[in-house]
Amino acid sequence: MLSIKNKPLVGLFLLIFGFSMMGCGAQNPGTPSGQDKSAKANLTGAGSSFVYPLLNQQIEEYRKMNSNITINYQSTGSGAGIKQVSEQTLDFGATDGPMTEDQMKAAKGGKLLHIPLTLGAVAVTYNVPNAPKNLKIAPADLADIFLGKITNWNDQRIATNNPGVTLPDTKITVAHRSDGSGTTYIFSDYLSSVSPEWSSKVGKGTSLNWPAGIGGKGNAGVAGAIQQTPGSIGYLELAYAVQNNLPYATMQNKEGKWITPSLQSTSAAAAATTIPEDMRVSIVNASGADVYPIAGFTWVLIYQDQKDKTKGTALVNFVNWAIHEGQNLSEGLQYAKLPASLVGREEAMLRTITFEGQPILK
Amino acid sequence: MSKKIKYKTSFGDQLMWILTLLMAISVLVLMVWMGWQMYHSARPSIQRFGFSFIIGRVWDPVKEQFGALPFIYGTIVTSLIALLLAAPIGLSVAIFLNEMALSKVRTVIGFLVEMLAAIPSVVYGLWGIFVLAPWLRETVEPGLAKWLGFIPFFKGSPVGFGMLAGGLILAIMILPTIAAISREVMAAVPNMQREAALALGATKWEMIRLAVLPYAKSGIMGGVMLGLGRALGETMAVTMVIGNRPDILLSLFAPAYSMAAVIANEFTEATYDLYLSALVEIGLILFGITLILNVFARLLIWSVAKGPKGGSLV
Repeated sequence: MLSIKNKPLVGLFLLIFGFSMMGCGAQNPGTPSGQDKSAKANLTGAGSSFVYPLLNQQIEEYRKMNSNITINYQSTGSGAGIKQVSEQTLDFGATDGPMTEDQMKAAKGGKLLHIPLTLGAVAVTYNVPNAPKNLKIAPADLADIFLGKITNWNDQRIATNNPGVTLPDTKITVAHRSDGSGTTYIFSDYLSSVSPEWSSKVGKGTSLNWPAGIGGKGNAGVAGAIQQTPGSIGYLELAYAVQNNLPYATMQNKEGKWITPSLQSTSAAAAATTIPEDMRVSIVNASGADVYPIAGFTWVLIYQDQKDKTKGTALVNFVNWAIHEGQNLSEGLQYAKLPASLVGREEAMLRTITFEGQPILK
Repeated sequence: MSKKIKYKTSFGDQLMWILTLLMAISVLVLMVWMGWQMYHSARPSIQRFGFSFIIGRVWDPVKEQFGALPFIYGTIVTSLIALLLAAPIGLSVAIFLNEMALSKVRTVIGFLVEMLAAIPSVVYGLWGIFVLAPWLRETVEPGLAKWLGFIPFFKGSPVGFGMLAGGLILAIMILPTIAAISREVMAAVPNMQREAALALGATKWEMIRLAVLPYAKSGIMGGVMLGLGRALGETMAVTMVIGNRPDILLSLFAPAYSMAAVIANEFTEATYDLYLSALVEIGLILFGITLILNVFARLLIWSVAKGPKGGSLV
């Protein structure tokens, strides 16, 4: 296609090409974080789509410093991640909900460790004509809205928490995720913890038998349904709600304080929770004055006993970097940072990972 | 041409014969293999629920209870709406383009209709969320409820997202298939047929009705069935507008769910084996329904083709 007529274009191409080559030269791999540079490793992971933007960025950054390590992460969903890591077809998995006891027993490569990689919050968004940006919704009321028991925005129970606000006589349309999702897991985990009726009738999971409302595919589908339906209410990843400038509710935490979701109030939820030895813990509805109650971890799943020395070393070093320096990438991408108190314990956990009985991380 | 032609046996011909035979068989093998594989993966669910899977109305992954009826219902209802709307429109488009339109108009409109087939389904879905659903909620559904509210199909509060939206999107998506095939088939009707009808004093409409349509009907039927096949399997556009709610309600305004949509939505996060196998069983049922419909369509075409001989594409 490049005929003589396009000569300036050719020049431009050459110029751009030249510059990009120079860029490559300048971006020489920096100092590796203390590991054998000669060992090449190819790691494959899959799972949570929630963590994908952050993990992908971390992988990119890490590769700049360790050009010998290639990590390929696919956002296939937490369920698929757990399944594949249990079958040992992956080097690591990532999940938004902790594995159950049965799932842990089914893992073929021995004991799987849950290492928190980041924290996410779920925002309650709504589309109510003339409503303020941070409507206050009490936990029990939220559960009853999603149970289909509160059906109109002018309900007295919503009004009592929002003095001075006149809510319209509009039917409530509930919108939820139709695809299986970690966001749904965290949200239903929260509703189960604040409403016994929700807990017995619906329960928690990545997909539910919803008592009310319509389903949208992905964050985008839910956001679209909410924006297009006056009187609707739904839940989204906090990052998605912030980036798309959607109004979200202020929630009442366990101590009775009204908290707006933010990265800080999400991190606070992890800091305020007593985290058990194996890190498999739900942090919804945590006690603590400045805690936002609808939050959850994303864990990386790694076998405690690594079968391949090169791969195991690369994996442990990467995860160790991701929970330390890698956390600096979080806030730009609207993820909450792991609290410092937890990072130390996670590092200790990483030190228990062994190859032929010898700890990998020194 | 019933007489057998005797070939000179040359190596090339034999090779060709074997190769094409292999290709033809491979399609069959692929289908049987897929069916068997799906049956195999669906076995845990089949053993656990048996026939109650097909008539069960509850889909609760948390309590490990699975019934497929709402999905079967949603798929069939949306596909039927699509067919009822798209078949007459597609046929009219084909008649207009073939028999009435000037050749310039024919080229332009024909091109535009076929363009509809080139739009990715996710784009239809987005258009459904942002244009179709609000329009249905604010204009169409209240209107239908007001004038036709005595029919149970048009009762209930307008949400926008629901079976009507799913059916409408599907109708637009299968329209080009039906229109294009009908057009091709009608174009294949010999001009002598038309001239004979006109010579006998037929009006244009009588000519189309008596000379063109009977000649082309088996082909048109084939086009409609191809459209139906696409409607049954369409996933993305439907899941974006149908409301994804496993309920069986008469009102077309109500949200529903389709088989293809639930598989696409829940497969990646199906965390335990029974759940996965229940989803595969839904796939198996969809496979079965499509197969039965195609066989039925084939029989229909054969019985129709016994009438006046028609040019058939399919």
